[in-house]
Amino acid sequence: MKKKHPPRRRKQHVFGRAAMFVLCLVFSVLFLLPTVLTITNSFMSEAEIKSNYGMVFSTTEGGFVSKTVNLKFIPDKVTLQQYITGLIKSPEYLLKLWNSILLVVPIVIFQVAIASVAAYSFTRWRGKIRSGIFFFYVILMLMPYQVTLVPNYLISEWLGILNKPWAIILPGIFAPFSVFLLTKFMRRIPYSLIEAAKVDGAGEWEIFTRICLPQCRSALYSIAILVFIDYWNMVEQPLILLQDSDAQPLSVFLSRVNTGEIGLAFAMATVYMIPSLLLFLHGEEYLVEGIANSGSVKG
Amino acid sequence: MNKRKEIRKKRRADFLKSLCFLMPSLLGVGVFFILPFGVVVYYSMIDGVASRNFVFLDNFKKLFQNSAFRMASINTLKFSAMAVPLAVVLSIVLALMLECRIPMKSQFRTFFLSPMMVPVASVVLIWQVLFNYNGTVNEFLMLFGAKRIDWLQSEYSMIVVLVLFLWKNLGYFMILFMAGLANIPKELLEVANVEGASAFYKFFNIKLRYLSPTVLFVTILSLINSFKVFREVYLLTGDYPYESLYMLQHFMNNTFRSLDYQKLSAAAVVMALVMVVLIALLFWIEDAFGKDVEG
Repeated sequence: MKKKHPPRRRKQHVFGRAAMFVLCLVFSVLFLLPTVLTITNSFMSEAEIKSNYGMVFSTTEGGFVSKTVNLKFIPDKVTLQQYITGLIKSPEYLLKLWNSILLVVPIVIFQVAIASVAAYSFTRWRGKIRSGIFFFYVILMLMPYQVTLVPNYLISEWLGILNKPWAIILPGIFAPFSVFLLTKFMRRIPYSLIEAAKVDGAGEWEIFTRICLPQCRSALYSIAILVFIDYWNMVEQPLILLQDSDAQPLSVFLSRVNTGEIGLAFAMATVYMIPSLLLFLHGEEYLVEGIANSGSVKG
Repeated sequence: MNKRKEIRKKRRADFLKSLCFLMPSLLGVGVFFILPFGVVVYYSMIDGVASRNFVFLDNFKKLFQNSAFRMASINTLKFSAMAVPLAVVLSIVLALMLECRIPMKSQFRTFFLSPMMVPVASVVLIWQVLFNYNGTVNEFLMLFGAKRIDWLQSEYSMIVVLVLFLWKNLGYFMILFMAGLANIPKELLEVANVEGASAFYKFFNIKLRYLSPTVLFVTILSLINSFKVFREVYLLTGDYPYESLYMLQHFMNNTFRSLDYQKLSAAAVVMALVMVVLIALLFWIEDAFGKDVEG
């Protein structure tokens, strides 16, 4: 059924596509650069890193090692020194990694679970009050963290969860972000499916679990990935609500690297990237399908 | 008469059912988001946490006279006004590029998505190396005879952050647009091809129409992320960056540190009000356009 283009036009297309390909290649290199740099630099010795970037990071201490700054991709000598320091010599970083997992995993699971129920409500029933609430959710989702800094502190103190992991986990679980995304997705499910189930005598809970959830499996997975990445990299919340540094996630340590620890930071960042990478590789198709579908829905 | 009663009964039942499903979320959001926000509104209208005299709009008056606040809001506005449209346009361009049948399409997609996984810390380290006065970007520019630029300590600092923001978010937005493009009815484009419509015409009159819900969705997401980029800005430049990078979040952070909760809360309320207007406008546009496509 495909229409054939006249030959001249087709030739132009080939040329255009080649240009596109080259352009995409250039973009890919730029996009991949920081990822590649993080990984390769993690295999350099501290001395090599210092001689490459010494100048950038020694401003506070004065006295720099090298005059120029080289962005270096390939280590002179591949060494596992940084990994040995970070993973074997000091258990501190592994502990922080474990903290990250303990904080983020419950947030991801429960945020998606609670959001899916709420999204079902926003999908099935519409009304002035509910659209008002939905609007409010969107506003809350947009507010930068700094807006509710003080009251968040006060409320965790009031609830007695300040400086406990709950102070991070509970607000994380109820964050409105995935409610918004999931609602966008669920509204795409054909109403006839729900109607048919209703005729068959299914209750709301059954419709939700038997029809809605299977229909948006890919959306659930993709939202889980997004939420995971967001919280996996959190910095501000633990600094205020979880000041005990033994309980803080690795992301906080990574954000406060001093001179002399840059190599270690790259190594730990590489380790830290692994879970996100695995999630991505395992679920990219879901991510593509899931977020894609939610984006093309009107809400 | 009876029928109307029944409808009303059904409506009430529906409302209760919807409330049941919404309850878990609403309770949590109430405690951890709405309640804090209520406190913020209350704080913005009293004269001090200790004395708690109701002063209504005084804090706001003082706030608007504060030059740091004015500068911070103008910078934030400027940044979002540049970042959001750029993100939308560039990610559409990327999506259209990948839509052409080129080899390695799915690899490119993965590459463009890769910035999402890089931990903030190494992003910051690498950005420092790239945009340092003696950094890679300057070395590169000097090859072409350009002068060194002090990227983070000049008017150019906004560009550095803009690049960071785009780098981080474009891949993800691109995917949203690719799906939007895939949802356009094929027949429509076929007809356009047969009729000999130009690529330009096809884009503006067919594709963009169908992409409009995605455009609004991406606009909302990139607005959120344009605020989230503060984390990187903060780690790059600290509490007091170059003037043109001084964002509302810097202002809030610093007032938090100086314990001026009234000023902080008033600023938060002003920000929320601007958001309400903006989102209401976006929803209204979405409604108007959405009907257009569906009908």
